Amino acid sequence: MSADITLRKGLTIPMSGIADLNISSADIADNFVIYPHDFHGVVPKMLLKEGEAVLQGQPIFYSKANPEIKFVSPVSGTLTTIERGAKRRIMSLSIAADGKDNAVAQKLENLDKLQAADVKKYLLESGCWPFVKQRPYDVIADPISTPKAIFISGFNTAPLAADVPFILSSQKEDFQNGIDVLAKLAPKVHLSVDASSVSFLNEVSNAEVHRFKGPHPAGNVGVQIHHIDPVNAGETVWVVGPADVARIGAFFSTGIFDASQMVTVVGPVVKSPTYFKSRIGAAVAPLLTQVGIDADGQIRVINGDSLSGVATHADGNLGFYNNTLTVLAEGNRYRMFGWLPFVGSKIFSMSRTSLSWLLPKRAYALNTNMNGEERALVVTGEMEQVLPMDIFPMQLLKECMVQNIEKMEGLGIYEVAPEDFALIDYASTSKIEAQAIVREALDLMIKEVG
Amino acid sequence: MNFIRQRIDAIKKPFGKGQKWERFAPAVNAFDTFLFVPNHTTQKGAHIRDGVDLKRTMVTVIIALLPAFIYGVYNTGYQYFIQSGLAFTFWDAMLHGALKIMPMVAVSYGVGLAIEFAFAVYRGHEVNEGYLVTGLLVPMIMPVDIPLWMVGLSVAFAVFIAKEAFGGTGMNILNPALTARAFAFFAYPTYMSGNKVWVSEASNVDGISGETVLGSLAAGNDVSYSMFDMFVGAIPGSIAETSTLWVLVGAAILILTGVGSWRIMVGGVLGAAVTAFLFNFWGANALMSFDWTNHLIVGGFAFGVVFMATDPVSAAQTTKGKWIYGLLVGVFCILIRVFNPAYPEGVMLAILLMNVFAPTIDHYVVEGNIKRRKKRLNATLTPAT
Repeated sequence: MSADITLRKGLTIPMSGIADLNISSADIADNFVIYPHDFHGVVPKMLLKEGEAVLQGQPIFYSKANPEIKFVSPVSGTLTTIERGAKRRIMSLSIAADGKDNAVAQKLENLDKLQAADVKKYLLESGCWPFVKQRPYDVIADPISTPKAIFISGFNTAPLAADVPFILSSQKEDFQNGIDVLAKLAPKVHLSVDASSVSFLNEVSNAEVHRFKGPHPAGNVGVQIHHIDPVNAGETVWVVGPADVARIGAFFSTGIFDASQMVTVVGPVVKSPTYFKSRIGAAVAPLLTQVGIDADGQIRVINGDSLSGVATHADGNLGFYNNTLTVLAEGNRYRMFGWLPFVGSKIFSMSRTSLSWLLPKRAYALNTNMNGEERALVVTGEMEQVLPMDIFPMQLLKECMVQNIEKMEGLGIYEVAPEDFALIDYASTSKIEAQAIVREALDLMIKEVG
Repeated sequence: MNFIRQRIDAIKKPFGKGQKWERFAPAVNAFDTFLFVPNHTTQKGAHIRDGVDLKRTMVTVIIALLPAFIYGVYNTGYQYFIQSGLAFTFWDAMLHGALKIMPMVAVSYGVGLAIEFAFAVYRGHEVNEGYLVTGLLVPMIMPVDIPLWMVGLSVAFAVFIAKEAFGGTGMNILNPALTARAFAFFAYPTYMSGNKVWVSEASNVDGISGETVLGSLAAGNDVSYSMFDMFVGAIPGSIAETSTLWVLVGAAILILTGVGSWRIMVGGVLGAAVTAFLFNFWGANALMSFDWTNHLIVGGFAFGVVFMATDPVSAAQTTKGKWIYGLLVGVFCILIRVFNPAYPEGVMLAILLMNVFAPTIDHYVVEGNIKRRKKRLNATLTPAT
């Protein structure tokens, strides 16, 4: 085990509505939805038509650019609707579950005998491949690329995010199995853990364990890569979410695509935040009913954490990757003279122009209000405060905006993902959309550099 | 509150999307957002946002300016009554000062905001709050007897040429308030220097004259003020620059709230202190042998370093760059004071000069980062043997 890596920059946002560490049994409705927008950059090509029957683990569509990458159904039943948006883009795929959980089962050889190529083939066939993402660009990994390492973050520092060791506590063997599988694909597997607590993750074999200390975004895998073995131009690394490592492990021990998903329902307006054992694509409505919502206006339901999650509806469904479902009150209200310094200190602020910094222990009921309007970039130094990387965030963002590829490369575009800039979205005095700027720049890089 | 909100929404109706007055919406929004933080919610990116915004930041700077401003109002009256030998009370002094200064503030805000609003409408963006600070800074750094039309003209020059010509708030190279002062300084030197401009009514009443400390030193005269007077600010000078004490209170507010860069301030003081200290040993003229501690408390040095050099847009923007920039502001301020008796007030020119070089400083700091990354890449391409 290497020495602790301590990060000083960043910000842990003290939000109220965190879940206690216990698991409630979830009511699972029989309508399931897959959102193709969860897979950034993938243009889906359908394998099934509306009304056709589907098994759990059976491919529903594949990636147009890379037909090997298949996306499978989390449940057995019928593909009921393919919802299309502008330019016939597929927005969502609804599956009505039949409750039988008939699954595609593969016969796998013993893991010890498998070569990297076999492992890759099984991952692609089983629908597990979309869980392997790559840096640079933060997209699903290209199966042809050869990663210099695979990185797994064993903790999540985003506001109210699921406690990783807790959600994996019943899947320790699967997790180890998943690590063993991934170890076949790359020369090295790095697992980062929270240095402030000890869990079974510290004992995992076949991976190099790194201990990180510090505020959010210390738990972001991108930040960890930057400090362990940064990505240079031309290099590729793969990243897998911790719950998905266990999912991959489960597949290699049973031969069945494991669609179960631990999810914590949290947020300031959630009455009793808790953990549920649910499924990929399950409806969120029963979960919201179970925890109870206490809001006197509209709410926003977010697949993921409040910094980089994707908004869905109260009658929407869980996303493909998230273990956190955040519920916030919509902040669509006016506040008279709310911009005055030292007024409205119940709205958390990183800057000390609010008195909230005098109450470090308080948990804040944040909502979705912008707390201001977009302005020109004036304040300097605040972005650097929340990005614990050797990167000049403002300079990089400006080069991203003017699409200067050479400068973007020089300033470290290969090392960042939108989620690493989420705190900049949050903290920016000028209310700029840093994540969107980085995402667009990465898409440009994919197009121009590949 | 609901009633006011409804009234505003009714007034704003013709300025809405697709309505008759749509293009003038920024002007109306500026007033609306002054009353209310809008009900806008996050549409992409992070779903939650910090409580801080540019308005709050800028108003914090104004709060930090107020102690020096109020003392400046008082000192204007105080210098007038002391020099003319009249009996006076605190409120007499305040009233005299206010009558002189408030019209300047009004002109500065009036002219500046009019141009800002016009550009916001023309460019179709919201009105940025930066001018709230600039508009107060401009009168604070002018001599008290400057005609109002010169204030207006200087402001117009600064906002047009120094700010909007470069793209508006956030894009300017030079600090707009200092540009306004520099414009007045070079365009109307007789109103901006000498011994007849620093005390109210000095040019009209024969009995009154007042030179700044630096002015008399540059002319080879002795200084007749105690160090305490110079620190508290009971000396002639630009309206609000004289009181180091109240400037320090402002500095404390800026640093505590994190709005002003302490690195630039500390760098500036260090640079000036060390330079002045070294010149004390040389001592070839009155300003060189002027004690280095006094250099820090006379003239506009304290005001400039705390409120002008820290303008985040025209200053260096990288952490390392801020140190270099601050240090050089201090060094150049003393150099200009000591070597150029024609411009005894060095801090204005020092900051403007460093404003011009701030992007260069940042360029080299950022280039260092790019080189580090290239080196790391090269190390992987040629594995060590």
